[in-house]
Amino acid sequence: MANVPLWAQLINLFAAVLLLLAFAMLAQRRVLTLIDLFAAQGFALACSTAIVAYATHQAHLYWSAGITLLLKVLLLPWLLHRLIRKLDVKWDVEGLINIPTTMLFGIVLVVFSFNLALPIAQLASTVSRATLGIAMASVMLSFLMMITRRKAIPQVIGFLSMENGLFFAATSATYGMPMVVELGIALDVLVAMLILGVFFFQIREQFDSLDLQHLEKLKESE
Amino acid sequence: MIEILAVLGLPVAGALLLAAIGEREQAPAVNVGVCFLTLVAAVALTLKVVSNGPLLVLDKLFFVDSFNVFLVALTAFVGFTTSIFSRPYMRIEQERGRLTAGRLRLYHSMYQLFNSTMLVALLTNNMGILWVAMEAATLTTVLLVSLYRTPESLEAAWKYFILCGVGIAQALFGTILLYFAAEKLLGAEGGALLWTELNGVKAHLEPTVLSLAFVFLLVGYGTKVGLVPLHNWLPDAHAEGPTPVSAVLSGLLLNVALYAVIRCKVLVEGSLQNAFAKELMMGFGLLSVVVAAFLLSRQKDIKRLFAYSSIEHMGIITFAFGMGGPIANFAGLLHMTVHSLTKSAIFFAVGHAAQKAGTQLIEGIRGLITISPTIGWGLALGSLAILGMPPFAVFTSEFLILTTAMREQPWATPLLLLSLGVAFAAVFSKVQPMVFGETTVQRLPHRPAMLPVFVHLAIVLMLGLWIPPFLADWYRQAAKLIG
Repeated sequence: MANVPLWAQLINLFAAVLLLLAFAMLAQRRVLTLIDLFAAQGFALACSTAIVAYATHQAHLYWSAGITLLLKVLLLPWLLHRLIRKLDVKWDVEGLINIPTTMLFGIVLVVFSFNLALPIAQLASTVSRATLGIAMASVMLSFLMMITRRKAIPQVIGFLSMENGLFFAATSATYGMPMVVELGIALDVLVAMLILGVFFFQIREQFDSLDLQHLEKLKESE
Repeated sequence: MIEILAVLGLPVAGALLLAAIGEREQAPAVNVGVCFLTLVAAVALTLKVVSNGPLLVLDKLFFVDSFNVFLVALTAFVGFTTSIFSRPYMRIEQERGRLTAGRLRLYHSMYQLFNSTMLVALLTNNMGILWVAMEAATLTTVLLVSLYRTPESLEAAWKYFILCGVGIAQALFGTILLYFAAEKLLGAEGGALLWTELNGVKAHLEPTVLSLAFVFLLVGYGTKVGLVPLHNWLPDAHAEGPTPVSAVLSGLLLNVALYAVIRCKVLVEGSLQNAFAKELMMGFGLLSVVVAAFLLSRQKDIKRLFAYSSIEHMGIITFAFGMGGPIANFAGLLHMTVHSLTKSAIFFAVGHAAQKAGTQLIEGIRGLITISPTIGWGLALGSLAILGMPPFAVFTSEFLILTTAMREQPWATPLLLLSLGVAFAAVFSKVQPMVFGETTVQRLPHRPAMLPVFVHLAIVLMLGLWIPPFLADWYRQAAKLIG
């Protein structure tokens, strides 16, 4: 390991942090802590992007690190906090999930993703080869989080953290997508969040709760 | 160049304009006007491509060839006819108190924005922008599906958002993998996501990466196409949103998503040199046909019925492109065109029928033909057309697909025939009493715009009897391109 440059080690470190945070989110029942974890994940993402930018001298990656920092660490968590305050669901606790089983499932998913990414990682010319597997694993973990949650806000945080995993794949495994694409993706995420904010209020108005169990009426004819 | 800018710019300008004045009385007319101008621009673009061949403009960002040009024209055309239909339809909805003026403004603005996202998705040469436009199309339609703010429509919109959001995230991962493979060949200077560049080097793209990428892309965009088992959002979104939205979802959005899948398939097939992509598409397609056909008979809601029919037809088209070869691709392209026209015509008729009966339940709609012959005939003829009765063109394309399947994939033919038969029995037995028999329906306060229905059906009829040479030429060129 002695010949691995420091920045590559740092990227791997942040990749590991990203994955750990994905697990932490999977196990977290409280909404407020979930948002903090999401912000922390965004921060790890921004750091790793900045390091890739420094190491490869690609100026546009600094921009993308900046956008990530602005959007995922500051703006989105702030919007979520505001929403929670307005909706008064600060102390919402997800009761119905079985955390140990979910974690076990999560481990299986990580193993699966690493296996899937293995043949590709061997082709990668980039130094941070393991990162593709980690990115895929954190996408899968967010996916699992969305499936297991019954409340609207945790589901949305799952959705956003899935986007984190994807962004990580784009920046660390391939050294960044073209700028227009990254800007488009960032815009989409932001608009999605705003629409969801509107949506929360509509759901609350209709059902007096953000519990998605109310949203199970539309089924195949019985 | 100027035509492309007009095609893309007009709907955006329309969206801004309607965001400002969308609640006024003349807003529906403005909506129709903007759609008409977009159609004119699309026709101009089409004529230019016909005379000058493929276009590649604005730093290679936009690209028009024989494959997407007819989809652009079709999208602009159905967008225009739907806006005509939506004028009286939304007016009646508003008078019945299902909508407020503010929501109508949202509706008009989002309708234009939705149109523009689809046109961007069709015209862009950049696979990343294609993804961004597809996601944007989801976001604009989420608000349209939940327009009535009933518990059911909110549920449908939430489901739509979450399922398509997750699906489309998979497609982004696929796009990243595609970029990952291409970047080594084309460098990081932005060229590695351009379809034309990728198409040039497709034989040298890394096969292992591309096969994984294709799985993600197919699952991702396939969610939007409504392929089984990723179809759960589709019937709900169609049934609970306003009918003009159901018409453009079925008629246009599914096509655009399928277009994305096919663009990816061309690249992957060039790289892999085996049947992997074909088999995946045939498998998903056939599963969709069979499952949707058998679910048709269980539907009680008329819009859900035709939503399942859309899944079935998307399955047929996916299967056709999966088989590949000049004839199946030709049939697939023809089927895309005629399904889009027929299905939107049916939704127009269904929308007014449901308004007359005051319910979307099939049992509640009876004897349309006695009170309003145009709606009754529109629904009856549209249903016959979509079920593949000659001389409508759906018959032509299905016939071509089936005969190709008999020759190349004989194992699939019985399944296809069985599903088509089951679908026929299910839909026909449900539509027949709706059209004929004792009536319970009432008159509408405004004259429905039924002209689009008959124009669509007339085009479908014409394509069944005679395909204009230039169109046949395009289909042939595009079929060759798709391989």
